Amino acid sequence: MTKVTFVDADGNKTTLDARDGDNLMQAAIADGIDGIVGECCGAMMCATCHVYVEEPHLTTLPQRSEGEEEMLECTASERRKNSRLSCQIKIGPDIDGIVVHLPEEQ
Amino acid sequence: MKMIEGHVAIEPPHGVPVWDVDPYDPEILADPDAYYAELRSKGPFVYIPRYSILACGRHQETQEVFSDWERFVSSRGVGLQDFKLETPWRPPSIILEVDPPAHSRTRKVMARVLSPKAANALREQFRAAADKLIDELLERGSFEAIAELAEVYPTDVFPQAMGLKKVNRRYLIDYGAMVFNALGPDNDLRRKAMAMGPQIVPWITEQCKRENLEQEGFGAEIYAAADAGEINEGEAGMLVRSLLSAGVDTTVTGIGSALWCLATNPQEYEKLKDNPKLLRPAFEEVLRFTSPVHSFCRTTDRDTQVSGVDIAAGTKILCVLGAANSDETRWPHAEKFDVDRRPTGHLAMGSGIHGCVGQNLARAEVGAVLAAIVQKVGKIELTAPARWRPNNAIHALDSMPLSFTPH
Repeated sequence: MTKVTFVDADGNKTTLDARDGDNLMQAAIADGIDGIVGECCGAMMCATCHVYVEEPHLTTLPQRSEGEEEMLECTASERRKNSRLSCQIKIGPDIDGIVVHLPEEQ
Repeated sequence: MKMIEGHVAIEPPHGVPVWDVDPYDPEILADPDAYYAELRSKGPFVYIPRYSILACGRHQETQEVFSDWERFVSSRGVGLQDFKLETPWRPPSIILEVDPPAHSRTRKVMARVLSPKAANALREQFRAAADKLIDELLERGSFEAIAELAEVYPTDVFPQAMGLKKVNRRYLIDYGAMVFNALGPDNDLRRKAMAMGPQIVPWITEQCKRENLEQEGFGAEIYAAADAGEINEGEAGMLVRSLLSAGVDTTVTGIGSALWCLATNPQEYEKLKDNPKLLRPAFEEVLRFTSPVHSFCRTTDRDTQVSGVDIAAGTKILCVLGAANSDETRWPHAEKFDVDRRPTGHLAMGSGIHGCVGQNLARAEVGAVLAAIVQKVGKIELTAPARWRPNNAIHALDSMPLSFTPH
């Protein structure tokens, strides 16, 4: 299990013990985190699991794929330097303690 | 080598129950719930002797088979026929019936053309068309919801978004139904669909040509990818054909099924009126609950194993998405249409690299219709029983007399 924290647009924090091997979108959905929609369920089609990743994890995450880059151009809330799709963030020890902020809209 | 329905006949794998059912029986197609439940109860897979195929209906295995494109290929056809052994009725789709790396190239073009951004750009146009149609129907009070709403809306907004110069509503809807019926066995449904071919196919092929598409629209954008050298001119035409195959009948079905869910679950409709934010997950619940595409096949390209079952290369596996979407172990109270549910993970739009490439557009179209309804319609009621229209791959309504009462 890995600790992950979601901070919603109003600043409310939720910390979960997420199952290794899942992705961050799945963990959010399983726990009923409201600010993640995940309509396409990880097919990189919908851009509705957009998150802003805090340091230090932003730098250590694997690079965005070309598909993720393109999808981040389609987010409902503004794209920032630390924008990622949570379906592309794999849960495991290397992201333990990660904090992500949820956008206003998905 | 013994052939059945265009693929090699297989022996039932060790430990897999043999079930002499016809998944394409019109009665099952019209009312599939008991079949779905029995399929799940028998195990991760069953062997169906009359077609010599495996079928799966539990969420876990269906998801595994449906998403793992390396072991379970699409290039040998997503129906019963094995394209490696027989020539299909039309040239195979270059996005649906193909594997990577060829798939990655065409998929990339389509994903860009049909991106969330592209769908968002159409939102106001879609909403205006929905407002107009719902106002007209409210004025009339009662109407035939499939012919006069579900079929009308997509055939109004979609050809415009495509940039089709000519529109033949009936051909657009029937071509989709044909393509999906073709995925089944050589039954009445398939034969009737194929009989429409000589009339419809030449018309569709003609509309896919560059000169029959407006300067703006998805069609033009696909041809722009040909101009940029990403695909060739012939491939552009084939991708336009894919949009015409999969973009109309499916959305018609989605709208019809959404109306049916709301008409038959008035308490859920009340929740939507109170909280329109639920509209988005509610459409996902419609998809889970009704599974517009009820089943698609995959073909194993190697000997493999799923949940301890040995599956031989060349096996056709019927992935029963409708059964997976009503699996109690994945969806508590699966038999209940519940707009408060968050059904992410349903397989109605597929999953992985073959997930429906038009899903953003479908959500935008249906979302616009539902938003207009919630805003204007106080009560949705069936005025006579709804009837389903059997199809070898689509679970769609045939007719549904409805009444709308204003707020």
